[in-house]
Amino acid sequence: MTAPPPALSLQGICKSFGKVQVLHDVDLTLPLGQTLGLVGENGAGKSTLLNILGGNLPINAGTIALGGLDYAPTGPADAERAGVAFIHQELNLFENLSIAENFFLTRFPHRGPRVWGVIDRHETRERTREFLQRVGLAHDPDTVVGELSSGEKQLVEIAKALSVSARVILFDEPTTSLTRHEAARLFDLIAELQAQGQAMIYISHDLDDVLKICDEIAVLRDGHLVRQGARDEWDADLLVQAMVGRKIESLFPSRDLTARSEVVLEVEGLTAPGRFEGVNLSVQAGEIVGMFGLVGAGRSEVLRGIFGLDETTTGRVRVGEGLVAHRTPRRMMERGVALLTEDRKRDGLFAISSVSRNFGIANLGAYARNRLGWISRERQDRAVTRLRDAVQLDSSVRENQMIRTLSGGNQQKVIIGRWLVRNPQLLLLDEPTRGIDVGAKQKIYQLIGEQAAAGSGVLVVSSEIEELIGLCDRIVAMRSGRVVAEYPTRPFDREEILRAAIQG
Amino acid sequence: MVRASLSRALLSDYFILGLAGVYLLGMAPAVPGLLSPLNLANLAEIALPLMVLAMGQTLVLMTGGIDLSTTSNVALCSVIGGMIMSGADEVLAGSALAMPVGVLAMLATGALVGLINGLSVARGGIPAFMVTLIGMLLLSGLAVRLTRSLPISDLPDAFVAISGTAGVALAVVLPVLVVGHLVLSRTVAGAWLQSVGQNAAAARVVGIPVERTVMLAYVACGVCSALAAILLTARLESASPVLGQRMLLDIVAASIIGGTSLFGGRGTIRGAAFGAILVCVVTNSLDLVGLTFAVVMLSKGAVILAAAALDAFRSRLLAKAEGSA
Repeated sequence: MTAPPPALSLQGICKSFGKVQVLHDVDLTLPLGQTLGLVGENGAGKSTLLNILGGNLPINAGTIALGGLDYAPTGPADAERAGVAFIHQELNLFENLSIAENFFLTRFPHRGPRVWGVIDRHETRERTREFLQRVGLAHDPDTVVGELSSGEKQLVEIAKALSVSARVILFDEPTTSLTRHEAARLFDLIAELQAQGQAMIYISHDLDDVLKICDEIAVLRDGHLVRQGARDEWDADLLVQAMVGRKIESLFPSRDLTARSEVVLEVEGLTAPGRFEGVNLSVQAGEIVGMFGLVGAGRSEVLRGIFGLDETTTGRVRVGEGLVAHRTPRRMMERGVALLTEDRKRDGLFAISSVSRNFGIANLGAYARNRLGWISRERQDRAVTRLRDAVQLDSSVRENQMIRTLSGGNQQKVIIGRWLVRNPQLLLLDEPTRGIDVGAKQKIYQLIGEQAAAGSGVLVVSSEIEELIGLCDRIVAMRSGRVVAEYPTRPFDREEILRAAIQG
Repeated sequence: MVRASLSRALLSDYFILGLAGVYLLGMAPAVPGLLSPLNLANLAEIALPLMVLAMGQTLVLMTGGIDLSTTSNVALCSVIGGMIMSGADEVLAGSALAMPVGVLAMLATGALVGLINGLSVARGGIPAFMVTLIGMLLLSGLAVRLTRSLPISDLPDAFVAISGTAGVALAVVLPVLVVGHLVLSRTVAGAWLQSVGQNAAAARVVGIPVERTVMLAYVACGVCSALAAILLTARLESASPVLGQRMLLDIVAASIIGGTSLFGGRGTIRGAAFGAILVCVVTNSLDLVGLTFAVVMLSKGAVILAAAALDAFRSRLLAKAEGSA
């Protein structure tokens, strides 16, 4: 009697794009009913691997077996038929359609002869309801997907995967757009699926999550498999070491905690009805202040309000010595304030512009040669060259390359560099390391540390408590639009901060 | 190697100009008189106003908007100028001031129309398509009402001379195009314009005055309409409330063929000017063959469609070239 074949096994997988080989001879095994974690820096080949499994990319060499049978999907639909469900990082649902319509878009139950094309609405609804219940969603199947939160959309995607009774479910960074509550719910669901013997592959930058969820963990680096091993064989340090190929001494810069007195930001009673209320804050020169809270607590809104991007009704904002009335981004920039927004794609990148333009866009005035606004290319090029060294942009990045072709980490470095070149006295950073790899994270922490050491004040918003604990000199917690607690000195008590941010 | 240089040629700004040249030479044997000095001068005369209009349209398209009212603006500017300058019992009949005042009034009218468009889009938040579609109706109506739908003739000689020889018109248009190109590609204002059309939210974050930039694009487009009205009116030697009526597709096509994105953020004045040349070369050759108007329309539509398809292909090629880098 032979052992049953694994849910999925990959052998000698090679993949190249043109001359660039992105996967070298990768072997992976996903045992039946287990969860395999896949980690690696951006560009290590994780997404390529998932895209191969999801039927989006063909392989150049190697074999894949799904439940012991040869698996070579010709496209996403073929992969789905074979039993591989792909939960995308950027959710793949039609926002304008209902949950039920999303479920059955390509396979509606029919009434009467198929060729009449009459949809059996009742059947569609009932079957959708059944699977929604399995993921713990009580929504009506007719709810339009656009009205759901990110977490709920994710659950809908998973329910959809269940409805086609997938043999393997692939998760690509499922928690990036989820609140803490939603992520917790997702983990509960994953545990339940594990109990039912569902095989899954889970990709994430969050090593703690991977260590918590997965039975097996495989590390990729530069397209090579470093090692696959059982969870017990790994810890966070070992994973990071395997991912970057060297030991990272410390992710965070060391802080010099000399006494400071000069206040660069003073916020008093800042209010924007419905978003935040009576916010008091101060940041001193050379200080890094963290602002923790759940998604929706109003943290980003406070930063945007301070910077004059969104309207506020009452309250005062002082930058340095001076009160700033009628705040606009322009006025705040003139006073030496910079804002890194939360969502690169939405309000950070000029996607089809060059790296140079994206670097220079916040500082065009400095490159202008005269009052007509004639841009000195020489000045701009000099600044760009200096910056790309300062933020350690990958050497393969060209200055005239469209920024959307860069990895997330490199994009983020460019956008931070855009502000650093202005040498701001106050940096407002909203989720500065979201969705970027460990190496880039470390570099960005270092840049923040350097900026503070040079005398700037920094106010950082993050959903990752570890990040704030490692980086900040002082932390404030927000809940439901109010600042509810302040932790003035290290060491910080993780549990206490979490409690303040969560409990009502 | 061959493929690489082929795709480089395809992606070049000068590709469209080359295409126009190849078309002209290729059609020459089949179309008698196509390359005659008379026709080439004629070609320049019809191309120059279109280049100016395509430049204005490109500026607006860059912001992610569109100006459908531009041809009606041309007609209104023409009529206003005619009413001021005409020797036939109009306001400044026979005065030496007639021409300068008339030209200034035309430019002011164009700018004012642009300002109203821009205000409605940027401040009023009304979609550009709606604003300028309505503008098209209103301005045309106004132009016809002002003239009771009759052309105004008897314009000052000095004014008519603007289009008397291609040289004068070229001396007016070329600097405008060069300045437009430099402003868009080399100045802060140009960088703002490119950024606003790509991502207005991000532009706001980095302190770009988004509304003002969008408004200025419409004003510039209005001024371009007025300039084209001056050229066209002078060429016709009379002001007409239906001037430029059939040019709208040509204008947008010139701009798109020249590489401007309908979604904003991408485009060059040079490309638009070359696009205008291609459109004019095609139109002119079809006219010369002596086809009926209906067949000319059909053929022109087909050629512009082919050019647009080619542009889509170029965009994909560009994305691919970038992606593999």
